[in-house]
Amino acid sequence: MEKYLPIHNNQTVDIDAIPVLPYEIFREVNTGLILEDPESRHCVQYFGMRQNSKVKLFCCIADDKTQMINVSATVVSESDTLSAFTDAHLSFHNFEREIHENFGIQFINHPWLKPLRYPFNRADKSKTIANYPFFTIDSEELHEVGVGPIHAGVIEPGHFRFICNGEQILHLEIQLGFQHRGVEQLMLQKKKLLQRATLAEGLAGDTAVGHSVAFANVWESLCSYKPTPDIEFSRTLALELERMAIHTGDLSAICTDIAYQLGSAVYGRLRTPLVNFFQEWGGNRLAKGLIRPFKNQFPFTLALGERLDNIFNEYEPDFTEMSAELFRLPSALSRLERTGTVSFDDVLAIGTVGMSARMSGLNRDVRSSHPFYFYNTLNHKPIIKHHGDVYSRAQIRREEVWQSMGYIRNLISQIPTETAKNNSSISKPKPNAFCLTMVEGWRGEISHCAITDESGELALYKVKDPSFHNWLALALAVRNNEISDFPICNKSFNLSYCGFDL
Amino acid sequence: MLNNIKILYHNGKQFIPDVRNAKVPGIFRGRPIISSAKVDADELVELCPMGAISKNPVSIDLGKCTFCGECALRFPDKIRFTTDYKIATNEREQLIVKEGVDKPIEVNPAKVRKEIHKLFHSSLKLRQVSAGGDNSCEWELNASNNVQFDISRFGIEFVASPRHADGIAITGPITVNMAEPLQLCYDAVPEPKVVVLVGTDAISGGIYSGSPALDRSFLDKYPVDLYIPGNPAHPLTIINGLLDLTRKKK
Repeated sequence: MEKYLPIHNNQTVDIDAIPVLPYEIFREVNTGLILEDPESRHCVQYFGMRQNSKVKLFCCIADDKTQMINVSATVVSESDTLSAFTDAHLSFHNFEREIHENFGIQFINHPWLKPLRYPFNRADKSKTIANYPFFTIDSEELHEVGVGPIHAGVIEPGHFRFICNGEQILHLEIQLGFQHRGVEQLMLQKKKLLQRATLAEGLAGDTAVGHSVAFANVWESLCSYKPTPDIEFSRTLALELERMAIHTGDLSAICTDIAYQLGSAVYGRLRTPLVNFFQEWGGNRLAKGLIRPFKNQFPFTLALGERLDNIFNEYEPDFTEMSAELFRLPSALSRLERTGTVSFDDVLAIGTVGMSARMSGLNRDVRSSHPFYFYNTLNHKPIIKHHGDVYSRAQIRREEVWQSMGYIRNLISQIPTETAKNNSSISKPKPNAFCLTMVEGWRGEISHCAITDESGELALYKVKDPSFHNWLALALAVRNNEISDFPICNKSFNLSYCGFDL
Repeated sequence: MLNNIKILYHNGKQFIPDVRNAKVPGIFRGRPIISSAKVDADELVELCPMGAISKNPVSIDLGKCTFCGECALRFPDKIRFTTDYKIATNEREQLIVKEGVDKPIEVNPAKVRKEIHKLFHSSLKLRQVSAGGDNSCEWELNASNNVQFDISRFGIEFVASPRHADGIAITGPITVNMAEPLQLCYDAVPEPKVVVLVGTDAISGGIYSGSPALDRSFLDKYPVDLYIPGNPAHPLTIINGLLDLTRKKK
C-alpha cells in the first residue's frame, strides 16, 4: 500500500485517494520524509478536520526536487495522547500547537504546547488570551519587558515579552491571536463566491494579491476550470507588482527605524506610483477586487502596459540611486550588518519559508520549486543571501525589486490580447475532493487547502500564511541583540499578524 | 554629500499641495451615484457580497460596502462610482446613498461636539487601535503621513501612547481578543476623547459581520465622532474627513 499520495501544486484529488494510515506509521512517514532531506522538503500544511466523533489529520509535505506534494492522513480521537512530530523535527511545532488548541489532542514530547491564537472555537475555553502562559525566569539580574498588544506605531496588535539582561535581549516570546476574526469558519458559512473572494483578500490586506490568487487557484481547481492565459498573465503580473510595492515600502520602513530620513522619504514616495498603478488598473491601491475566480475582472490592456513601462522608467533610476547610497552608507550599514541574525541551521530546523529562508541560504521559493502560471516559463532564480541578518533581508528586497521589475517588463512586452470568455456555465466544485495550492507571495509561501463534502459544499477551508512559519525566526533573531534593535529586526521581517491569526 | 543633494533634487517636491481638491488617478471608486433606471432590484440585492444594497428605494450602505464595484460592472446604467473621495461623515445615515440622490457626503457641523471644534481645530493627536484589521486601513493611515499626503502639516498625528492622544482611530471589526485592550486604551485617553472608525470593517464589521469571534459591544457604549468608509479608506478620504471634523467651514 502507498504511504502517501503525491500531487501537483493546485491539483484536486478524490479525498478517498489519500492513504489513511495508523498514527504511528503516519508519524514515521511524514517526519521521515523531512529528516531524509530537510533542505528540499518541508511541511506545507498539517491540520485536523472533525469527522463524526473523530478527528482526521492531513499532512502535506512538499518535495522541491520532484515538484510534488506528498499527502497522507490518519484518524485519531480528541482524547488521544499522541507522540509529537515536533520531537522528531521542530518545524512541525506550530501545526501541532494548532491541532492541540483546536481539538484538545495531547502531544507528548512537544516542547512548547501552548495556545496559538485563541480561536473562538478552541477546545479549552478556560484558556483566554489574557492568561497566556509566558516563559518566565527567576532571577535577580534579569528583567522582563512587555510590549503590546497595542504598539507605538500604526501597526497590528501582538504581544512581545522580552527577558533582558540590561539592554541585551536573552529571550523573546511572541503571543498572537488578537486579530482572530474566524475567517476559516466564515469561509464555510458565507456561501457566495464573491463573499469568499472578499474574505480571501482580507486574510492579509498587505498581501491581497497573494491570498486572492491562492483562493482563486483552489476554487478553480475544485471546479476543474483552467484559467485562460490572460487571467494567468494578470495574476502573475499582480503578484510581482505587489512584491515590488511592498519591498519598496519596507526599505522605507527599515530606513525609518535606523533614523535615516532620506531613505525613508525617498523609498516611501517611490512606493506610491506602484500602488497607484493598482488603482489605475483595478480601482484599489491594495489591489482588492482585482482578482476573482473564473474572471479577468480588469483586463490588462496595451495602454496599461505602456503606462506601467513609463512608471518603471521614472522609478528605476531613483530607486537605484537611493539604493546605491543606502547600501554603502557606513552609518546605515553598521545598523544593518550582523543585527538580528538567524543561522542556516536554525531556519532549517524551524522550517521558515520565503524571504525568511532565503536570507540564510535556504532556497525556499514556490516560484521555482512548484511553479505555476507564467513562472513555468520565466525560469525564476531565487535570490539567496547567507548571513541571515537585517542586511541580508534588506538586500533581498532591493534585488527582488529589480528582479520583479525585469519579469514585469518581460511580461508586458507580450500582453495577451484575447480576454477570457464569459464563463456563464461554471461548474460546481467536485464532491469529496481535496485541493491544495501554494503561491509565492512577497513574504513567502502562501498555502490554501479546501475539502468538499459529498454534495460539493466546502467542508473545510485551511489557510496558511508564510508568517505561520516565520514568527519564530524573529524571536530567534533578536537574541543577544540590544532591545533598541528590536524595531529594525521586526521591520526587516515584516510578518503578518492578521494572516497568522485568521 | 553631493550624492544626497542629487537624490534630493531627483526626489523633487512630492507633497500634494491641495489635498482638498486633488484628483485621484485611474478608476478610483468613491461615492456612488444610483440612477433611477429600472433594474431587477432583487438581482442587484442578491449580487452584493456585503448585503450593502437594499431595495425600495435602491440604496447602498457605504458603511458595509467594500467598493469592489461588482454592482457597477453588472448594472452600469444603474450604479456608477464617482471619484469623489470625500465620503467621511459624522452621521451614520449619510453613508446610505439612495437612488436618484446625488449630493455630497459631509460632516454635519451642527452635530460635531463643541469641544472638538474648540480644542482640536489645529491639533489632533490620535491613538490608532487595530482591532482585527487586515492591515490595509493601517497601511493607508501610515500612507496619510508619507511625504505625499503629509497629514501632519495640519497638526494631525498618530501618537505612541493613549496618554498623549485626543482620541482613538479604530480599524478592524473589533475581535473578542482585542475587546479588552481596546477598552484599556480608550480609558487611558484623557477627556474629552474622539472616536473615529476607519474602514468598512470598523464601521459595520464588514465581511466578518456575524462572526462569533467579534465583540463589538464597545461601539454600543460610546458615540462615534467620525466614520471614514473604504476598504481600505483612501488617504485623501482620511485627511479630508479629519479636517472636516475638526475645522469649522469658513
